[in-house]
Amino acid sequence: MARTIQSLERAAAVLRLLAGGERRLGLSDIASSMELPKGTAHGLLRTLQQEGFVEQDGATGKYQLGAELLRLGTSYLDVHELRSRALVWADDLARSSGESVYLGVFHLQGVLIVHHVFRPDNSRQVLEVGAMQPLHSTALGKVLSAFDPVAHSEAVDGERKRFTERTVTGLAEFEDVLEATRTRGWAADVEETWEGLASIAAPIRDRRRMPVGAVGVTGAVERVCEDVPVAVAAGAAATTATGVTNVTSGAAGDVELRPMLVAAVRDCARAVSRDLGARRF
Amino acid sequence: MSETENRSTGASSHGEGPFIAAIDQGTTSSRCIVFDKDGRIVAVDQKEHEQILPKPGWVEHDAAEIWTNVQQVVAGALQNAGITKADVKALGITNQRETTLLWDKATGEPVHNALVWQDTRTDTLCRELGRNVGQDRFRRETGLPLASYFSGPKIRWLLDNVDGLRERAERGELLFGTMDSWVIWNLTGGPDGGRHVTDVTNASRTMLMNLHSMSWDEKICQSMGVPMSVLPEIRSSAEVYGEATGDLAGVPVASALGDQQAALFGQTCYAEGEAKSTYGTGTFLLLNTGHEAVNSYNGLLTTVGYQIGDDRPVYALEGAIAVTGSLVQWMRDQMGLINSAAEIETLASSVEDNGGAYFVPAFSGLFAPYWRDDARGVIAGLTRYVTKAHIARAVLEATAWQTREIVDAMQKDSGVELTALKVDGGMTSNNLLMQTMSDFLDAPVVRPMVAETTCLGAAYAAGLAVGFWSDTDELRANWKRAAEWTPSMDAADRDREYKNWLKAVQRTMGWIEEEN
Repeated sequence: MARTIQSLERAAAVLRLLAGGERRLGLSDIASSMELPKGTAHGLLRTLQQEGFVEQDGATGKYQLGAELLRLGTSYLDVHELRSRALVWADDLARSSGESVYLGVFHLQGVLIVHHVFRPDNSRQVLEVGAMQPLHSTALGKVLSAFDPVAHSEAVDGERKRFTERTVTGLAEFEDVLEATRTRGWAADVEETWEGLASIAAPIRDRRRMPVGAVGVTGAVERVCEDVPVAVAAGAAATTATGVTNVTSGAAGDVELRPMLVAAVRDCARAVSRDLGARRF
Repeated sequence: MSETENRSTGASSHGEGPFIAAIDQGTTSSRCIVFDKDGRIVAVDQKEHEQILPKPGWVEHDAAEIWTNVQQVVAGALQNAGITKADVKALGITNQRETTLLWDKATGEPVHNALVWQDTRTDTLCRELGRNVGQDRFRRETGLPLASYFSGPKIRWLLDNVDGLRERAERGELLFGTMDSWVIWNLTGGPDGGRHVTDVTNASRTMLMNLHSMSWDEKICQSMGVPMSVLPEIRSSAEVYGEATGDLAGVPVASALGDQQAALFGQTCYAEGEAKSTYGTGTFLLLNTGHEAVNSYNGLLTTVGYQIGDDRPVYALEGAIAVTGSLVQWMRDQMGLINSAAEIETLASSVEDNGGAYFVPAFSGLFAPYWRDDARGVIAGLTRYVTKAHIARAVLEATAWQTREIVDAMQKDSGVELTALKVDGGMTSNNLLMQTMSDFLDAPVVRPMVAETTCLGAAYAAGLAVGFWSDTDELRANWKRAAEWTPSMDAADRDREYKNWLKAVQRTMGWIEEEN
């Protein structure tokens, strides 16, 4: 028989104990029902508490099951919860960037848009909540493919359709884009999905650092990129890249994104992530 | 674009000063928000205060605690913004409405806890005051029905029930104020020359002000038993009432607006026919009716929307829905059908329609346009087919239909067709609800980019008073559309569903038999 790990067995026993009848137990109750020295029981409880599986009542000092267990059972983040957490930050991103903001999650081989803030110029715009975007060519999709393993395998195994001259379709090249995305922490799409449009996106993570979605801005390529040369807009040759961090590679070459937009998108993603981290049941 | 670019160095970036600070003295907390010239939030600070519940139905606040908190959040917000009082061009105030306080003029000590708007201890008194006429006895002058929310009867209750108060009031030792007056009086010096003023919007909620003359109504004060010497001076919503003393010495105190009126102002509803709806635990819908005080025959309140300096006052019709967000909370806390408020949308979206179920949350009777305290909640149309998801859908539809009923009543009273509804508040993050609302209203529903419209309204009014902003057109330009939902429902479907809803509403009435 394979060896088992005693402390894990004991931890499981503590959880079962707390899940049974009484639900709130003091340290000595737990130690005595498990026939363990108090010090050992306390060590187990402290570790479980750190992981969020056990909580200690401030007033009585008694232990009970923690919120993290609930979250394990329903491990996905409700997308409407995500939207309500992101609302204020997404509004602020739209105002500071002057562009429209999209928030997407991985869903059925693609990106599902769960929140959309209009470009703040009061022009007629249509709400795109509920729309799907491709994984391999959009900034939101690349972020999800880079950080979420399930999205990654979908993007790798699925068809990578060519939408424009600049769409990356080859597998090795696509993996390079994702690797670059992981390294710098954000992704871009410069006319790889829609002619004339560019996007920047960054990952939203929950308190366990799991990627739960992506947020980004989309706007005219002339506004989102630095000194867009006619060549790029026309889908032709590359421009000179001056920096490493804000350069993105499309099939047709490298383009520099506006650093201030990149910073604003990443700030927004971090702010939403922070909000999710503070989330309690 | 170039202008926004310069500021886009980070999500928390803001323009250069100067700034306007707004105090929101609310029911559960006091907040201070600092705004820049574009109307963007620069910094926030907030502090909750105790809800004192001496008996069922009684709700009080400790006004001294509130004043301490207000001072703290103002200091906190300035600190968070990294600015000093020199960067603040004006201070604006918005407040929980109707909450009533009496204090000693000489010492500045409250003589009793403030009676909060939700407090129902004046129920019987209001019935007595109605005499043979009923709850509309003062409606022509004040625009309000006799109900326990309003301040006048609360003053009367304090004078009648707290030992020695009537004598002290008659000797001229006491001052009355809603929370705007309390904060302004303290800000401008308290016992040492503090300005005892209120604005037209707050005064319009006392039931003591004549809506047409904008002054205290002597006859009503007499009927209500309120000595006029305790009342503050009625001023416009946007003018310099005085300069702050203490930590903020020299900063002009330049606006006061009741919270719902401030939201109307912050949503830039400056033209007749423009309306806003704020979705919290309950919902308040206000429609700008221009310079005319429109009488309501459909259960709405007539109130003052705002008055800028010497301009003519702008009136509004107001409709309140008691249970909207709190119904979603009820589904979470009492029914346990969802884990968080946002999940109602997930559950409701899992079905195509309500499955024939209608939920009328008349938990404490029906508000506008019915005003029936004998009504209680009903879920109608149940069959074996109905699931919890259909009920979730019916919950969201209840908010949308109740909004529709208020809008219908407003159109009947004012003759003004609603072109679009501007929404704010927590429930605007619910996409399905907003779409349903647009479908049921058959009108666009629009969400602005700034969620804090209440504080923004107070800041706008204060900024106008000191010339920080030149006029309402400039403020309008700051208003940015963040999202818009347009109707996509078949007219025949809408009519059928509305009929069913109205049928369900009828089922709620008369549940409570003649109480006495």
